[in-house]
Amino acid sequence: MGEMVVIMEMIATLMVFPFLAALLIALVKPGKLRDGLIYCSSIVIVATVLLLCVSSLQSGGTQSYLLETQMIDRFFMVVELGLMGLVFYYGIRFKRWYVLLLSAAGTLPVVWLEIAGLSAEGGEHIVVDHLTLIMCLVVGIVGALICVYAVGYIKDYHKRHTQCKERSSFFLSMLFVFMGAMFGLIFSSNLTWIYFFWEITTLCSFLLIGYTQTEEAINNSFRALWMNLLGGIGFSLAILYSSIALHIANLQDLVAMAADNWAVIIPVTLLSFAALTKSAQMPFSRWLLGAMVAPTPTSALLHSATMVKAGVYLLIRLAPALHGNLVGVMVTCIGGFTFFAASLLAISQSDGKKVLAYSTISNLGLITACAGVGLQEAVWAATLLLVFHAVSKSLLFLSVGAVENSTGSRNIEDMHGLIVRLPKLAFVMIVGICGMFLAPFGMLISKWAALKAFVDSKSVWLVVFLVFGSASTLFYWGKWLGKLVAVIHRSEQLKDTVRKSEKVSLYTLTFLVIALGILFPVFSGVFVEPFLAQMFNATIVALISGSDINAMLLMLCMIVILPVTVNLLTFGKENKMVISYMAGVNRGDDRTFVDSFGQEKSMYLANWYMDEYFGEKKLLKPSLVLASAIMVILMILAIGGAI
Amino acid sequence: MGILKIALYLILAPFIGGLLAGIDRKIGARFQGRQGPPLLQPFYDLFKLFEKQSLVVNGVQDFFVGGYFIFVLFTGCLFFIGGDLLLVCFALTLAEVFLMMAACSANSPYSAMGSQRELLQMMAYEPMLLLTAIGFYIATGSFMVEDIARSNVSPIVYLPGMFFGFLYILTIKFRKSPFDISTSHHAHQEMVKGITTELSGNILALVELAVWYEDVLLLGMIGLFIVNMKWWSFLIAAAVCLIAYILETFVDNLFPRVKWDSMLKSTWLVTLVAGGVNLLILTLVR
Repeated sequence: MGEMVVIMEMIATLMVFPFLAALLIALVKPGKLRDGLIYCSSIVIVATVLLLCVSSLQSGGTQSYLLETQMIDRFFMVVELGLMGLVFYYGIRFKRWYVLLLSAAGTLPVVWLEIAGLSAEGGEHIVVDHLTLIMCLVVGIVGALICVYAVGYIKDYHKRHTQCKERSSFFLSMLFVFMGAMFGLIFSSNLTWIYFFWEITTLCSFLLIGYTQTEEAINNSFRALWMNLLGGIGFSLAILYSSIALHIANLQDLVAMAADNWAVIIPVTLLSFAALTKSAQMPFSRWLLGAMVAPTPTSALLHSATMVKAGVYLLIRLAPALHGNLVGVMVTCIGGFTFFAASLLAISQSDGKKVLAYSTISNLGLITACAGVGLQEAVWAATLLLVFHAVSKSLLFLSVGAVENSTGSRNIEDMHGLIVRLPKLAFVMIVGICGMFLAPFGMLISKWAALKAFVDSKSVWLVVFLVFGSASTLFYWGKWLGKLVAVIHRSEQLKDTVRKSEKVSLYTLTFLVIALGILFPVFSGVFVEPFLAQMFNATIVALISGSDINAMLLMLCMIVILPVTVNLLTFGKENKMVISYMAGVNRGDDRTFVDSFGQEKSMYLANWYMDEYFGEKKLLKPSLVLASAIMVILMILAIGGAI
Repeated sequence: MGILKIALYLILAPFIGGLLAGIDRKIGARFQGRQGPPLLQPFYDLFKLFEKQSLVVNGVQDFFVGGYFIFVLFTGCLFFIGGDLLLVCFALTLAEVFLMMAACSANSPYSAMGSQRELLQMMAYEPMLLLTAIGFYIATGSFMVEDIARSNVSPIVYLPGMFFGFLYILTIKFRKSPFDISTSHHAHQEMVKGITTELSGNILALVELAVWYEDVLLLGMIGLFIVNMKWWSFLIAAAVCLIAYILETFVDNLFPRVKWDSMLKSTWLVTLVAGGVNLLILTLVR
C-alpha cells in the first residue's frame, strides 16, 4: 500500500511540478539563476520519471487512483473558462472572430455538463499502465533535453533576430507548461480531464508559435489554434455523448465497451477526429508546417515529445475500438494517405525544417494507420514508431537549429560540405538521419513491423502506400545525407559556437538513437509487450525474429569497424590525391571553372527537387481535398451507421 | 551448413558475375557487328584495376566505397543462407546509400549528378522490390528465403505479375539501357561515368567486384521465383536466371536511354499495375 502512495505522489509531482517551475521561470529575470532553475527542474523531471518507471514496474501491472475528485473538477472547470477567456482576448485583439466561436463551442458544453451535474461518474481519474510509462519516458526525457537545449539556443536566437522582442523567460516557461500538460494528459483516464489538458496543449502551441509576433507568426499561430480548437469541439462532443447517452466517464471504459455496444462508435469517431487534427494529419497538416516559424525548440517539442504525439497516443489507446469498423477504415485511410503524400511533398523542399515537418506528418501518418488497423502487431509497431520518432526527430530539429545558429541558414543546400565545416554537428545530424530511414536503426525496424502488420491484416492499400511512401522517404533523406558528406577543397572548419547546454542535449539524444537501435528488444520486452498483453489479453508473437535482430546487430558492428575493414580491403595502399574531374576546365580546385567565354565561374551543385512533379503547388491542394473528402464521407458513414 | 553456403557464395559469385559480364560484352559486340573481347576480359580488367594506385579527390571516398562493398557482400550472404527477404532489401538499400555518399562526397559535377540519379533510381525500384518480398510472403507464408525455397509449388505460379515487375526493375539494377541513367557500361555519354566518375584504381575495382556480387544476388531472387521442393527445380531456376540475364542484355542493346521522368513514371506504373494487382488478387485468394 505504501508503494502505491509513493507512486501517486510521483504522479502528482509530474503533473504539478512543471507548472510551478514554469511560474518561477516566468518570474525570474534572464540570467544565471534562471538557467540554473531550468537545469534543476529538468533534472527533477527526468529523475521523477525514471523513479516512477522503476517503482511502477516493480509493483507490476496497472494502477489506478482517485475516485472522488469534485474539488479538482471544479478547479479544472474554472481554469478551462480562464483558457477560453484567453482565447477570447487574443481573438479580439487580433480580430480573429472565428476562434471565439470555436473556443466557446468546445468549452461551454463541457462546463455545462459539469454545472448541470450531468457528467457521468465512476471510474478512476488516473490510470498508469505500461503505455503511460512509455509516454512518460518520451515526454520527460526528450522534453527535458529540449528545455536544456533551449537555454543556450534562445540566447543565440535573440542575437541573430534583434528585431524580435526578447521574451525568453516567457518562452522557456511555456515549454514547461507544455510538458506539464502532456503529463496531465497521459496520466488522466477521465475524458474531461484529458480534454482539459488537451486544450492547454492547444493554447500553449498557439502561444509558442506566435512567439516572434511577426505577421507570419501570428497568422500561423491562429491557423494552429483554429484547427486544434476544431478538434477540441470533436473531443467535447464525444464527452457530451458518452456522458449523457452512455454514462461513461473514462477512456478505458469506453474502449472496453466498444466490443458490445454499437453506439460507442460515435464518441470513438469524434475522438479520432480530434486526434487527427492534433497529429496534423491531412487535411489538417498545414498547422504543423506553419509552426516552423517559431524558434527551433518549439518545433522540436511540438514534433517529437508533445502535441502531435498526444494525438497518436489517443489513437493507440483507442486502437482496439478501431479494429474492423468504419472509423478504423477512416483512420487507416487518412494515415496511409498522409504517409504517402507528405513524403512526396518532402522531396520538393529545401528548407531543412520544412523537410523535417513533412517527415513528421508522414511518420505520424504511419503511426495513425497502424493504430487504425487495431491489431496487436500493428499497435506494437505504432508504439515503437512513436518512441523512435520522438528521439530521432528531436535530435534532427535540435541539430538543424544549432547549424542555423552557427551558419545563419537552415537550408539544406547551404549544408553542402558540413562534414568539413562543422564536423561534430554533421555527425550528429547523420546519425539522426540514418535513425529515420536506414537499417539497422530504429525507425526502419518499426516500419518493417508496420509492413508485416499491414500484410497480415490484408490491407492491400496500406501496403501500397507504405512501399511507395518509403521509397520517397529514401529519396529525400538520401539527398540530404549526400549534401552533408560532400568534401569541398580548401574549406575550413568553422568556429564551434554551439553552447554547452545545446551540446549536452545533442550528444545525449545521439546516444539514445544508437542505444535504442541496439536495445529495442529489451525496451519492447519491458514496456511494449506487457502493454499489448493487457490491451489484447494475449501474448504477442515476436514480429522480428531473433535471427533478424542478430543480423542487424552484426550490421551495426560492421559499420563501427568499417574504417579498419576498408584499410584491409585496399591492402593499406596509399591513395594519390587529385582534384575532381570537370572536363579539364577547373581552375586549380573544385570550386571554380572556366566557362565558354573564358570567364571564371564558381561551381554550384544543387540537389534535385523536381518541383514540377512533387511541388506544393502541384500536390498540396489535391491531397488536402482528397483527404477532406475521405474524412467527411467516412465520418458520416461511421456515425450514420451507428445511429 | 550456413558457413559453407557463405563460403560458396563468396567464392563462386565473382566467377559467375564476371562470366556473365563477359557474355554481356560479347553479345553487345555482336549486336554492333564486332568480334568483341575474350570471354574472360572482365577478369583481366579487374586484376589490372586492383594493381593500380587509386586517384582520390578526398579522404572519405574509400571509406564509403568500402561500406558499399561490405554491405553488398553481407546482403548476398544473408540471402544465400536463407535469411529474411525484407532484411535483404533493407541491407541492400544501406549498401546503395554508401555508394551514393561516395559519389556525393567527391563534390564533382559528374558524380554529383550521378548520385542524384542513383537516388532517383532507388526511389523508382524500391516499391517493386518490397512488393516482391511481400508477394513471396503471402504466397509461401514466410519471409525467410530458406522456407520460400522449400515450398511445394514454385512461387511464380502465384506471382506472375510480380515476376514481370521484378524483371522490369532488374534493368535498373543491372544498369542497363534504357534505365542506365546514373552510370553506364557504355562510353560516350553526357555524364562521363556518372556515379563512379571520381573512382579509380583499386577502389573502382572494389565497386566492380561488388557489382558482380550484387548481380548474382539479384539473379538469386529471380531463381527464388522458380525453385520448389524438387531438386530439378534448381536446374530450371538456373536456366531462367541465364535467360533473364541475356534478356536484359538484349534490352540493353535494343533500347535507347530514356529520361529520368519516364523511368520513374513507367516503373511506378508497372509496379502498381503488375505488382499491385498481383498482390490484390493474391490477398483475396489466400
